[in-house]
Amino acid sequence: MTILVIAEHNNSELNAATLAAITAATQLSDSVDLLIAGSGCSSVAESAASVRGVSRVALADAPEYEHQLAENVAPLVVRQAGGYSHLLMSATANGKNLMPRVAALLDVAQISDIIAIESSDCFRRPIYAGNVIATVRSKDPQKIVTVRTTAFEPAVAEGGNARIDQIEASGDTGLCRWDGEEQSESSRPDLTQAEVVVSGGRGLGSAENFHLLETLADRLGAAIGASRAAVDAGFVSNDLQVGQTGKVVAPKLYIAVGISGAIQHLAGMKESKVIVAINKDEDAPIFQIADYGIVGDLFDILPALLAELERSVNRP
Amino acid sequence: MKVLVSVKRVVDYNIKVRPKADGSDVEIANVKMSMNPFDEIAVEEAVRMKEAGSATEVVAVSLGETACQDIVRTALAMGVDRGLLVETDERLEPLTVAKLLVAIVKREQFDLVILGKQAIDDDSNQTGQMLAALLGWPQGTFASHVLVDGDRVQVTRETDTGSQTLSFQPPGVVTSDLRLNEPRYVKLPNIMKAKKKPLEKITPAELGVDISARLEILTVAEPVQRSGGIKVSDAKELVQKLRNEARVI
Ligand SMILES: Cc1cc2nc3c(=O)[nH]c(=O)nc-3n(C[C@H](O)[C@H](O)[C@H](O)COP(=O)(O)OP(=O)(O)OC[C@H]3O[C@@H](n4cnc5c(N)ncnc54)[C@H](O)[C@@H]3O)c2cc1C
Ligand SMILES: Nc1ncnc2c1ncn2[C@@H]1O[C@H](COP(=O)(O)O)[C@@H](O)[C@H]1O
Repeated sequence: MTILVIAEHNNSELNAATLAAITAATQLSDSVDLLIAGSGCSSVAESAASVRGVSRVALADAPEYEHQLAENVAPLVVRQAGGYSHLLMSATANGKNLMPRVAALLDVAQISDIIAIESSDCFRRPIYAGNVIATVRSKDPQKIVTVRTTAFEPAVAEGGNARIDQIEASGDTGLCRWDGEEQSESSRPDLTQAEVVVSGGRGLGSAENFHLLETLADRLGAAIGASRAAVDAGFVSNDLQVGQTGKVVAPKLYIAVGISGAIQHLAGMKESKVIVAINKDEDAPIFQIADYGIVGDLFDILPALLAELERSVNRP
Repeated sequence: MKVLVSVKRVVDYNIKVRPKADGSDVEIANVKMSMNPFDEIAVEEAVRMKEAGSATEVVAVSLGETACQDIVRTALAMGVDRGLLVETDERLEPLTVAKLLVAIVKREQFDLVILGKQAIDDDSNQTGQMLAALLGWPQGTFASHVLVDGDRVQVTRETDTGSQTLSFQPPGVVTSDLRLNEPRYVKLPNIMKAKKKPLEKITPAELGVDISARLEILTVAEPVQRSGGIKVSDAKELVQKLRNEARVI
């Protein structure tokens, strides 16, 4: 049984989400290959080759893969798929876009967003916004799976020594044209990797007020997250949404500020180790899952919290 | 452009479902059912295309049991021209839904299919991509903006790092994200009018599609519940607890 993991990257660096998918793969088999499709991405292949658990890196370096268009990458994955028992990718926006296209071309029913592996054909995954966990068995000869990255420890990025094979590209299908992109700039840690996440909701009231959270995040070395309501209101950009239909995070510490705690939001953060909630409504559902709650006005509590953090650092 | 939108009947997003006592499935008897929220957004987008003159006809399709026709009626009341119900009591997987949609697209020659990015019951996020694959069409998934410009469709998509803009010449597939639009409220007179709009029923067999399942649901169970925590009185106590008890800062 050999597993093929499809790498996520930005042509210069391997995305940490891939490391979780590699861990899932190593739970299935000792034989794990990694496929990298990109353009000018040899540095990705080099770092991938040193990830522990990877036996072989297949590298397709061609202009048609520069923007990860599913129309171009899927045929390559399909061509490489022969001989593999499982095809895995992280359940990131790219993984969600690409893998169902691959699955349909191979006539396989995909299993999305797994959180545990029971056996080679049996997986656990959350459904209904994580309110229930389904155990699913696949009857397809080949399995196509996306992996919830918070549910698997990242593979060790060093110490491996995989062979790198250049493979032939599959060509440009010409179906779709890349017209541009906007990257959110941030010097903070990546939301899905951060040890501490400070999230704001509608209660923040405005984009300006989010600066309060930024100060707190800077103080804690945290990433910033948000509820859907905060994103919809334009306080922050869409890539910060945490939840059922946004990003799933599981930091050591999650601080929810002015967030009510709708099921769709909880779906994205309830696996966090410690949860803090700051809300003026003592009946807000977020308090039901919070380890520590403060009832009160966030505009009073946030400055007090900052002051307290400063003070207790100066006087250890 | 002839546009098809798919609308799934799902447990309403406000409901917290529970597993059945025997763990075979979730309990949906007497639970409120609604149109999948992403599909409302898909319908709204299609109807706006019709209103803007870029769509000539908009058809809504739902696949599932007879009660799914209520969801199709809602789409008709939102401004869709005509409805289709692919009727079956079997549980349908995304791959099967995609195959049934392929048959419908081929039967009627649609130029654009708009789906939701995700059904909020199975949380699969697969059907649109699978449909595009099977048709050999381009896919603009997780769309936050769609622009029909001459002979091209331009889609701005939400990604993990911001957004990406793609374009293609129809035919193609688009899947809606939350911020694509705000669906309209359905007005009572339109509900009455919708009752007179055509709604055709077909079966998977008539479409020539094998709907047998590839995935077996062995059990559904509640996740491990978090035990409730404590309330602290002020910022000072919080910092103390985080530092000395939880040891996370
Ligand atoms: C299909 C679908 C998908 C969805 N996906 C997601 C998702 O992925 N992520 C997500 O987050 N949501 C999602 N939602 C939306 C979700 O249902 C909620 O509407 C949303 O999470 C609410 O955001 P909120 O808590 O910021 O706002 P609200 O529910 O309005 O809560 C604001 C909170 O702030 C508190 N507050 C206000 N002022 C103050 C103050 N001065 N001090 C202290 N507290 C204050 C209030 O007491 C309240 O509890 C989805 C919904 C649907 C239908
Ligand atoms: N039974 C169904 N009937 C109508 N549309 C469906 C059905 N199943 C899936 N879809 C469409 O496919 C989208 C994605 O669903 P999924 O891949 O199951 O998350 C939904 O938002 C719907 O637009």
